[in-house]
This record gives sequence, C-alpha cells and structure tokens, in this order.
Amino acid sequence: MTVATVRSYRPRAPAWRWILAGSLLTVAILAGVIIGEMPLPPDTVLAVLANKLFGAGYPVDSINAAIIWNYRMPRTLVAAACGAGLALSGVVLQALIRNALADPYLLGVSAGASTGAVAVTILGLGGGALGLSSGAFAGALLAFGLVAALARAAGGGPAQLVLAGIAGSQLFNALTSFFIARSANAEQARGIMFWLLGNLSGVRWPDVSLAAPAALIGFLACLWHVRALDAFSFGAQSAAALGISLRRVQGVLIGTTTLMTATMVSLVGSIGFVGLVVPHAMRFAVGPRHGRLVPWSALAGAVFLIAADIVSRILIPGQVVAIGVVTALVGAPGFALILIRNRGRT
Amino acid sequence: MRLRTANLGWRAGVRPIVEGVTLEIAPGETFGLIGPNGSGKSTLLRLIAGLLPPSAGRVWLGETPLASLSRREVARRIAFVEQQAETTEALTVRDAVGLGRTPWLAALSPFGAGDAAIVEHALCAVGMEHMAGAQWQTLSGGERQRVHIARALAQRPRLLLLDEPTNHLDIHHQLALLRLVHRLPVTVVLALHDLNQALGCDRIGVMAQGRLIACGPPAKVLTPEQLAKTFRVGATALTDPVDDTVLFRFRCLEE
Ligand SMILES: Nc1ncnc2c1ncn2[C@@H]1O[C@H](COP(=O)(O)OP(=O)(O)OP(=O)(O)O)[C@@H](O)[C@H]1O
Ligand SMILES: [Mg+2]
Repeated sequence: MTVATVRSYRPRAPAWRWILAGSLLTVAILAGVIIGEMPLPPDTVLAVLANKLFGAGYPVDSINAAIIWNYRMPRTLVAAACGAGLALSGVVLQALIRNALADPYLLGVSAGASTGAVAVTILGLGGGALGLSSGAFAGALLAFGLVAALARAAGGGPAQLVLAGIAGSQLFNALTSFFIARSANAEQARGIMFWLLGNLSGVRWPDVSLAAPAALIGFLACLWHVRALDAFSFGAQSAAALGISLRRVQGVLIGTTTLMTATMVSLVGSIGFVGLVVPHAMRFAVGPRHGRLVPWSALAGAVFLIAADIVSRILIPGQVVAIGVVTALVGAPGFALILIRNRGRT
Repeated sequence: MRLRTANLGWRAGVRPIVEGVTLEIAPGETFGLIGPNGSGKSTLLRLIAGLLPPSAGRVWLGETPLASLSRREVARRIAFVEQQAETTEALTVRDAVGLGRTPWLAALSPFGAGDAAIVEHALCAVGMEHMAGAQWQTLSGGERQRVHIARALAQRPRLLLLDEPTNHLDIHHQLALLRLVHRLPVTVVLALHDLNQALGCDRIGVMAQGRLIACGPPAKVLTPEQLAKTFRVGATALTDPVDDTVLFRFRCLEE
C-alpha cells in the first residue's frame, strides 16, 4: 500500500521525463526538417542548423540552406506549436465543459475564422490592408464573442456554451458558404477550400513568432491550472466547493484557449481532430490527472502534427495533400475508438 | 467553528426557495436538517457553503462574514458533500479523495507526503482503504458516497456540510458514518431523511417550504404533532428496552 501511495502521488514529473519529452520533440522537429518532397541528408541539416543557431560556419550549399532554414524549419515549428496548442485547447475544454467530445472548434472559433478569411480575400473587406490571417483572427474572436454572449444570455452553463457554439458555428459556416457562392470565382473558392482544410505551405518565420508564443502562453496557463482542471472532475459546483474561483478560472482558461485556437486557425486553417483525439489518447496513456495530461498532450499534439505534416508532403509525390486531410484520416478512426471506449459511460 | 446565519434567503426568479433562515450552530455541534422533498434543505446547505449567492441575509463563520472570504479561504474552512456528483474520468478512489487537498495546495506546490497521509487517513475513516486503487466507474453507489465523504474529510474542514450522506449506505455504514461525524471535533450540518437518525443529532432544524419552522433538541422538536403537520405521518414513540432510547414507528396519514 505504501508503494501504491508513492506511485500515485509521485511529486512532480521527475527530471528524466522532461528530458525525454524534450528529446522526443527535438527528434520530431529534425525529422520534419529532414524529410520532405526532396529528402535532405541529415548532416547537411545539422550543419545548417549549427550555422544558424551557433554561427558554426560549416560550408553548405546555399539553396539547401535556404530550404532548410527559410522553409522547412518555420513550417515544422509552426506545426509543433499548432499541434500543442490545439491539443491543449482540447484538454481544457473537455475538462471544463465535461464533455468527452468537446474540441477547440466547438465554440465557433474555426467557423468565425473561415468567415473572416473569406470576407477579407473574396469580399475585399479591409481594402487590402488586412491579410487573410488577420481577417481570420478577427472573425474567430468575433464569433467567439457572439457565442459567449449567447451562452451567457441562455444561463451560462457548460451545456448552454456547447449549444451556443453549435448555433454560432452553423451561422458562420452558412455565411462563409454564402460569400463563396455569391462572389468567389473558381480559383478563389479552391484557394479557400485548401486553406479551410489546413495548410502549412505558406508558413514563414513571422508565423513562428505568432504561433510559438501563443502555444507557450497557453501551455503555461494550463500548467498553472492543473489542479483547478482536476477539481472540475465532479462538476463546476464541486470545483467551487474545493476552492476554485469559477469565474476567474473559466475566464482565464477559455480566454487563453480561444486566443490560442484563433491564432492557429488564422495561420494554418482549421486542422481537425488533433484537439479531440490527442487528449483522449493521452488520457488513455498517462491517466486523467492534468499534472501529467497537460504536458504529455502538448508534446503528443506537437509530434502528431509534425508527423501529419511530413505525411502530407510525401503521401503523393510531387503534390502536397492538405494536412487536415491527413489528420482526419488518422483522427476519424481514433474518434470512433473514443466513442466505443466511452460506451456505457453517461 | 461557530456558524451563524441571519435572515438567509434565496429566490429562483421571484419564487422564494429559502426564506428568513436565522440559525446559530455551536462549535463541534452536530446539527440535523430535516424536511420533506423540495423543502429547501440542499439549497440552504449551498447557501451556507457559499456556492449560491444569497438574495437576502448573511452567513458568518465564527466572527468572519462568509462573503468576505475568497473561494479558497472558504474551502479551507467548509467541506460540502453534494447529494450527487458523478464523473466520467477514469479516476481512482485515491485520486478522488486527493482532490480534497486542492484548497491547501498552491498551483505549483507538489502533493506532499503530508497530503498523502491525510488522504490515507480519510480513506480509513470511511473504510475504503482497501479499495484505494479502484476506478470510480467500478464502485457501487454506497462506495461512491463514502469516497465523497472521504474527500470532504481530506479537506480538513472546520465545518462539514453533508447532503443526505447516508442515502446509499448499508445499515452498518450508516451507523458508522453517524458515529464518525459525531466524534469529529468539527461542526457538522447534515440533511437527513431518516428521522430515527436525526434523533441522534445534538439539535435538529425542520425545513418546510423554504422556512426553518422548528429548531432544537430532537426530543423537543420531533413531537407527534410536528411530524403529522410537516411530514404527514403518524408517529408512535417506542422505547428500546436495551438502552431506553426512544425511536419512532411511522404510519402514512393519507390514503
Ligand atoms: N436553481 C433552481 N431554480 C429553480 N428552482 C429551484 C432551483 N434549485 C432548487 N429549486 C427548487 O427549490 C426547491 C427546494 O430544493 P432543494 O433541493 O433545496 O430541496 P431539498 O429540501 O434538498 O429536497 P430533497 O429532500 O428532495 O433533496 C425545490 O422545489 C426545487 O425545485
Ligand atoms: Mg436535497
């Protein structure tokens, strides 16, 4: 029994876990840079990284250096940040809304982002001053604002939030379809569709400087609230009885989640299933307590999305498949497994 | 810890659910709340726990107004066991009881050996130590209820609020729980339906239609007239020849 005690309440994750997590992430990032339509030799990749990061000065081919540093590196880092951010958003929403099927797009963020993107690119809203990403970001926040206001007006519980999210998503998806049908030419419609399914090909360093801080802030906010997230296991009233200030915790966590998701969607489109499937897979692997679930979900999300990006680049030679298609191909069966595993639970 | 309420009330819209409850409960006292379904017992407990904002009146813990305390400070003083609370998470019994330490742990402070010992102690108090590793979903109703009570004990409160804590328990565990809360050196307020159990409390309060209509020692409050009026039952007081305790036998008064 003492052994069991020690096992259940091992203080913090010991150092080797963080080292393991760091190494896994590093390996995944290296793989993301090495593997692609044109495979690059690992020693070239390492030389370029050494040159860029530490000014090592190895002689390398300048075209290779450009591909590695300007193209693949930011792409892989953004994939990692998005994967981590979406997985964390899923963890938070599933805990707070107490619904196993909650995902980061539940609150209308993704639908709003699409509408914003369409409004900017097709309707020319903002007169060219706004890019697709800023339009998407504004749309995402606007949609979430409407959903949150509706949920509040309906009584403010988690069920109301879910229902308001569904209503908001339907409305904004309808608006998106309407704008596309009314104004887009075939070329634009194709471009929008590609973006909607998730697309990392246009990613450059400035995108990293948005995605990485968003993911990091989200990660720290979740880490800070792991006990609060645990306290929601038996519902919001029980969390309050355990000393959790509902307004503050829900406000901070849902706010952070929304900002994180809005940032990711506006940079790369709405990549489905990561935020839904990764947290469940991790619950299965490391248990339901958030002290472990939060860091492992962030790591797994990052590695999963880097892997999905690699697959999307090499699946059909000479052509990039939308990354959302890859995550859905893996995610839909994963989702089915969750449904089956949750059978019998209410 | 002394608990006081003054003119406490809560409304759902315009409908008063709890009204004008003034109450003083001494440190260490075990106070039973009885009353028919829907009379406002659970709502009153939630008001005392600070989980509902009162629409009238106030609550004091000792000399401190409840409203002046932060959620965490309240949770260090009061533990509340709801009538029902479920989870779909695959928590173990020990995880669930460990949640009781939440108000005592800062965001980044680790769950220490002291906390683990408190959790073990709470598990033993409700006789669940042998099932500490079991998953929540595999527990029976009574076992779940005992885990909830252990979680409240692990919170190390000075005021323990229990909403029908015995409704799923077998007779042994009902009696064991009542003996446990009696012996605890903390103030306990518990909502009960079994009037014979209520006889064992230091004092009881009778709720009807949101009001506290009677309050005092069980023998004074639980008169046949009171029982007929509030619960619509006829009661015969019987004396147990073993130790001369009084208990009731009930008849339904309506067809
Ligand atoms: N949020 C609410 N909105 C509207 N009515 C409510 C609300 N909460 C409780 N009520 C009503 O208040 C009354 C008292 O409820 P409460 O749960 O306090 O009763 P109780 O005495 O605990 O009953 P029981 O013995 O069945 O547990 C009930 O009629 C219930 O319908
Ligand atoms: Mg009740």
